[in-house]
Amino acid sequence: MKTTPLDRVLLLVTCLLAAYQVAVGINGLEKIPTIAYTIAFGVLLVAGLLIIILGFEVLDSPVVVVVSTIIPLSLSLGLVWEYLDAWRIPYLVFTIIGFLAIIVTRSMPMPGKLPTIILAFVHGVAGMVLFLLPAVLAARGITNPGFALVGLGGAMIGLGGVLLYFLKTGKPIVSREIILHIFPGVLFLMTIAFVAGFALA
Amino acid sequence: MLGVVNKGMLIIRHIRTKVRAFLPLIKSLQTGLLLSTGIAGYLSAHTTLDVGVLLGLVGSLFLAISGSTILNMWYDCDIDTVMNRTHNRPLATGKVTKQEALWLGLILSIAGVGWAVVLDGLYGLVVFAGLFFDVVVYTIWLKRRTSWSIVWGGISGGIPILAGRVLAIGQIDIVGLLLMMAVLFWIPTHILTFNMRYFDDYQETRVPTFPSAYGFEATRAIIAISAIIAAACIGVAGVMIGVQAGALRLMAVLSSGLLLLSFATVFRPSERVNFSLFKYASIYMLASMILLSL
Repeated sequence: MKTTPLDRVLLLVTCLLAAYQVAVGINGLEKIPTIAYTIAFGVLLVAGLLIIILGFEVLDSPVVVVVSTIIPLSLSLGLVWEYLDAWRIPYLVFTIIGFLAIIVTRSMPMPGKLPTIILAFVHGVAGMVLFLLPAVLAARGITNPGFALVGLGGAMIGLGGVLLYFLKTGKPIVSREIILHIFPGVLFLMTIAFVAGFALA
Repeated sequence: MLGVVNKGMLIIRHIRTKVRAFLPLIKSLQTGLLLSTGIAGYLSAHTTLDVGVLLGLVGSLFLAISGSTILNMWYDCDIDTVMNRTHNRPLATGKVTKQEALWLGLILSIAGVGWAVVLDGLYGLVVFAGLFFDVVVYTIWLKRRTSWSIVWGGISGGIPILAGRVLAIGQIDIVGLLLMMAVLFWIPTHILTFNMRYFDDYQETRVPTFPSAYGFEATRAIIAISAIIAAACIGVAGVMIGVQAGALRLMAVLSSGLLLLSFATVFRPSERVNFSLFKYASIYMLASMILLSL
């Protein structure tokens, strides 16, 4: 399925928003959150550009599963480092080991459902942190209410992950056409939510 | 009275047709990209902005780049006629005569270099060097003799950014040379990709290219290595210029995308990946130019 002009516009705006976030939106943070957010929005930017250039076929690559994990993992690491002092090192270790485990289980033949379990666990933990932490921080008044938008972005990244999963496994619940039809819109709304949420924090 | 009006209309229509035929001669996208590098070179110095000088830079570079592009097309008309990719160009189809193209190319080139000399002597010399390398050394002397001619084509492609910086600071410095090197090493991603994509066309014209001389595998490796060196040159130049941290972060992100595609070109080669690297490298260069100017 080819990208439509609307898809390309949405992806381009997504790229520009991600570029803005890397260049301007994370200025003045500590080193680890800066690196983590740069990686997250950088992956979003490059992935958006590659979809514009190569088309949706790029999503068929086996690397997509690994790459799509980088965004929630690094975003959640940045959030934990900024707001949960006591969990900084444990979560950094979880991020590194979790990511390495996904790479290893995806690049070597593994028995049974181990690759899926590891992916679901790492992605799930990162997704929950990304979804819940901003909402809790905003609800407790530690940050401005607008920061909850980051959690909304986290929910959308979960939706994006599910869509990609369906695409990979070819499950009949949602057709490939529908997934590809809504995918640029999901990416766009997710990025807007992240950028706005961080700006309003 | 009606006859005079009709004659006037005919002349206007003729001019319009000619202008429409001449426009593709300047390869607007390529000229635009080279022009943007010249502006970036000027703005990278972060001196007090002089709008008059900047307009002079844009005008003189536009004329010189357009002039040299037209002279290239004039000289390579026989090649363009044979190649599928270029046989619709105005000179190949006869919409513009060779003599018209030669005169237009010469007039624009002389006007561009002349304007550049009036603006600043050293700047004028650099612009002239670019034109000389492109038309005389690359197109007329080496293009039909050796595949290595693209090095000279690359140097001339890197001249606008160097020229822009020279006009801003009044001398040739290391940053300017690094920026020129960045464009020089970016150019193989452009030319060599075309050499592979239109391999049969080039074979027919007997123009020596890297794929015909060293094979596709080596050419892909050269493209990848060139892209990496180009990214490194831009990165080092960015640090030396003192580009803001945010812009540097963004350059690092875009460079990583370039590296990714470069590796894919070598390890998972396909025409699609090659052409993607070509497109990405153009976006990368344009984005880098904007970031260096901030």
